[in-house]
Amino acid sequence: MYNFKNLYEPTSVLEALKLRKEHPEALVLAGGSDILIKIREGKLAGCDLISIYALDELRGICLEDDGSLLIRPLASFTDVTMHPLIKKYIPVLGEAVEQIGGPQIRNIGTIGGNICNGVTSADSAATFKAYDAVLEIASLDGTRILPYAEFNIKPGLVDLQPGEILTGIRIPQTSWENTYGCFIKYAMRRAMDIATLSCSANVRLTKDKKKIERLRIAYSVAAPTPIRSHTAEKSANDHVINEELLNKVAEGALADVMPRTSWRASKEFRLHLVEELSRRATRKAIERAGGKING
Amino acid sequence: MASRTVTCTINGSKKEYVIDVRSSLSDMLRGKGGLDSVKHGCDVGECGACTVLIDGQPFNSCIYLAVWAEGKTILTLEGLSDKKGTISDIQQAFIDEGAVQCGFCTPGFIMASIPIITKEEPASRDEIRKQVAGNLCRCTGYDKIINAIEKTQHKRIEEKMAK
Repeated sequence: MYNFKNLYEPTSVLEALKLRKEHPEALVLAGGSDILIKIREGKLAGCDLISIYALDELRGICLEDDGSLLIRPLASFTDVTMHPLIKKYIPVLGEAVEQIGGPQIRNIGTIGGNICNGVTSADSAATFKAYDAVLEIASLDGTRILPYAEFNIKPGLVDLQPGEILTGIRIPQTSWENTYGCFIKYAMRRAMDIATLSCSANVRLTKDKKKIERLRIAYSVAAPTPIRSHTAEKSANDHVINEELLNKVAEGALADVMPRTSWRASKEFRLHLVEELSRRATRKAIERAGGKING
Repeated sequence: MASRTVTCTINGSKKEYVIDVRSSLSDMLRGKGGLDSVKHGCDVGECGACTVLIDGQPFNSCIYLAVWAEGKTILTLEGLSDKKGTISDIQQAFIDEGAVQCGFCTPGFIMASIPIITKEEPASRDEIRKQVAGNLCRCTGYDKIINAIEKTQHKRIEEKMAK
């Protein structure tokens, strides 16, 4: 038996939004693989919950008319990994969330829950940052559009106001088109582990595949919140594809990140990971795009 | 405390239970259904001992609200035996391969392995390991568990080919 107080079970998004307004203190429960565990641990004991898990209108993945890929927040990690549109347009996202927990956790955990928790170690976060995802956030007053870049306020806190619910995550066409990505998670175990640090990079090459047209790169657990490295990106754009490029990306990333020492790893080790994973992820993304280092 | 009626299909038969809304699915399956193969292990989704299939996919029933089971089709280890009570090939393989020692984790491992043994294509040992990565065993060292799953999967594919 869980130690929570009231469980509200809306049957539509509209009803969920009304409940959010009436009970601003109640937590939104999606798959529950974080909240239910915190209730068990006693950290959230006695809380009120609004369970949106049964709202199928918040499930599914589709390609919109404007070319953006729309992922509804209750899509499970398994849904994301297996979905043909993800495999076709942004396979790196599927690869990232396939490294979460084990099969059971990937079946219950939701993509929306992963980013709304606001933790820096969210496995989908670096890829969403690196693809400049855009969020749809609904309230009774309407829907507002917020770049994911502005969503994380501080550890565990995101820009979700009382009365609001995340209803969609969009990957704009400009982000996925002709773009190839690579995600690397560094953890102590290959399953059931939280990232020590992870890196998601994606590139678009020039037509002759000799230069970088655009690089985007972001990290989990490299700062209090998931973080994108604009310095690394700037130094890579228009750069010829060679080893020097990889060094510049790594140097640029080191200028932007601010990891800390935790029981999982020291700050120094995390900085080392930032450097090394930046190189590896960028190299792999370039190879996937058909480019060759020093080619 | 608030109670609710949940209607779902468990091991092939329709069930209706009145439950406390604070129940987990594992609470309901054990407490109301008497299905003791569903183990209360870690209760936080780490060990996989409470694994059941919901609409064909493995879930940790300890971190699944019982109210979410409304309308779902649930399979537990008890549902693998035939009507006479004869155990299934995967259960027999666990016995034959010595994949059971204390046995606490066994129902969870077997349920987690179902998606892989029902596939048409053979899975590699690495793929099997990935499929049961959410289950912990402190006795066997896993090798014998992987052997049992691999053997059952091969046997099923061979049987299909023979038909």
